[in-house]
Amino acid sequence: MRTFQRGRQRIHKDFLSDAETAFLFLVPAFLIIFIFQIFPMFYALKLSFFRWDMITPKHFVGFKNYLNLFSEKEFWQSLGNTFYYVIVSIPFGLGLSLFFAILLQKGIRMLSFYRTSFFLPYITSMAAIAIVWLWIFNPNKYGLLNYALNFFHIEPQKWLQSPILAMPAVIVVLIWKNLGFNIIIFLTRLENINSSFYESAEIDGANKWQQFWKITFPLLTPTTAFLLTMSTIFAFQVFASIYVLTPSGGPKNATTTIIFYLYKNAYQQFRMGYASAIAYVTFFIILIISLIQKKLLKTNYEE
Amino acid sequence: MKRLWKILLHFILGVSSLIMIMPFIWMVLTSLKSPAESIAFPPKWIPSAKYYVSYENSTEEIIIKEKGKDTWKGIIKAGRNRGKVLTVKKEDVHKKRFLWENYLKAWKSAPFGLYFFNSFFTAVVTTVAQLLTSALAAYAFAKLDFPLKNILFVILLATLMVPKQVILIPNYVILAKLGWIDTYKALTVPWLASVFSIYFMRQYFESIPKDLFSAAKIDGCTHWQTLTQIVIPLSTSVFVTTGLFTFIASWNSLLWPLIVTNSPSMRTLQVGLTVFNQESGTNWTQLMAASTFSLAPLIIVFFLAQKTFIEGIASSGLKE
Repeated sequence: MRTFQRGRQRIHKDFLSDAETAFLFLVPAFLIIFIFQIFPMFYALKLSFFRWDMITPKHFVGFKNYLNLFSEKEFWQSLGNTFYYVIVSIPFGLGLSLFFAILLQKGIRMLSFYRTSFFLPYITSMAAIAIVWLWIFNPNKYGLLNYALNFFHIEPQKWLQSPILAMPAVIVVLIWKNLGFNIIIFLTRLENINSSFYESAEIDGANKWQQFWKITFPLLTPTTAFLLTMSTIFAFQVFASIYVLTPSGGPKNATTTIIFYLYKNAYQQFRMGYASAIAYVTFFIILIISLIQKKLLKTNYEE
Repeated sequence: MKRLWKILLHFILGVSSLIMIMPFIWMVLTSLKSPAESIAFPPKWIPSAKYYVSYENSTEEIIIKEKGKDTWKGIIKAGRNRGKVLTVKKEDVHKKRFLWENYLKAWKSAPFGLYFFNSFFTAVVTTVAQLLTSALAAYAFAKLDFPLKNILFVILLATLMVPKQVILIPNYVILAKLGWIDTYKALTVPWLASVFSIYFMRQYFESIPKDLFSAAKIDGCTHWQTLTQIVIPLSTSVFVTTGLFTFIASWNSLLWPLIVTNSPSMRTLQVGLTVFNQESGTNWTQLMAASTFSLAPLIIVFFLAQKTFIEGIASSGLKE
């Protein structure tokens, strides 16, 4: 093809039109994206109306998968666990990262050491570091956390093997892992806030606390909104961390989140139609939450 | 007052940073301990010096009771010869603090070389292909006019909204129908293009001054030449950032390789490590050693390209 000829340059018009070139340039990406992302979306919708174990032929069941889903106790439990996880981990995660981002402002000493330390967990594979966390949460007295509690004369706890403490333990690990990402995003926005805002606030006699609530916080709203949406979507999809910390979904299913429930149904019990219905319900929940967040944050910002 | 504030600031940041990296420190230190030390109570951070002798074809740790001039007397600490009193020549006793051989033992106890290869191969193929397909598509969206351009772009962006778990099952079914389950194709092909990478690159390409493109056109450059000889050389930073993200995501992914592979020979490092963790029970020192050498490549890359990483994340967060 002459268009792909390099070297000697030709003065006359391109062999292919813009549209033809665009077509050729888009084909590789679109082929993959269509087969493995767009088509599967519709295929999953179709599957959610069938009963199918991947061996015997598909059997159309209408809305039965959805109806079964809503009457299944474990579904509601896993949905509850997911909301518990979302509601606790996001405010703590975002609050802590904003706190550290403010402390990590430009010009302080050892900034790069601090920044690296906070960021390192983010690039770490959960499968590898999980073993350390399993040790930290080891239910024996030599588990690191139990050892630390020993100083305060608190009895050794079962952590990941306790129905009450398993989820908080998982949340701690996930906050630890994602803190660095959020800090970097907040930090970048903070560095771009015009310093003249603060200078005029100083002149007006506003203290640091007032400056934070009247200047920094409102100006950060778009960033917070971005992180909130991202964290919510991410939180609904969390899998690896839970799988490596509690491979069976926790004591009494305490850490079985909605995607873990999907995984169990699809790849351990081969209920493909039912699992597809779980996927679509999750999708709609995320969609609704994202829309609500968008609306709430917008009105707040305009006030 | 200002000084006090500064001290407080560094105290808070210092303690928090140490908490953040504590799991890594604990991992490396434990990987160098003896099994007995690893579960000692109270826990020990730095391994202590230990004495070893060869006894009945195996190396045993001994507790030295008496240090004579030429011969030392000691008791075997663990194993089937536990409690046996030995008198050995001084030069036959070896003193060791850090047990580096844990790494060798861990490496040999599972086919980690193969796991590394599988992960590396998957990540490299995915990264290179994704950069190529994304650059072409991004160029089309950024610099070319064609029918349905806006609609196609909106369709692409819409796929970003769909949670991954929705397409997980159909993709598994598609791969099963193609007969690709448990092959390298299953690990790589679905990831050879990425909407996020296209979006990320398009943003960057659009910031390249228009004049350069007009000049290229006047010089008779085809679009392919413009892309390879002008756009790509000007966009090395975005290529590095996108490439790093893709590589890390591929290297660290667990759910996908877990689902689409069954046989031990197809396991990626993350899957292999997870299985190793679940199967080897309480051999903490080797588990920690395996985790350490699994994390090492990415941590080294991170330290080499730290600035690019962080700037890349910063710019991804600033979009919109």
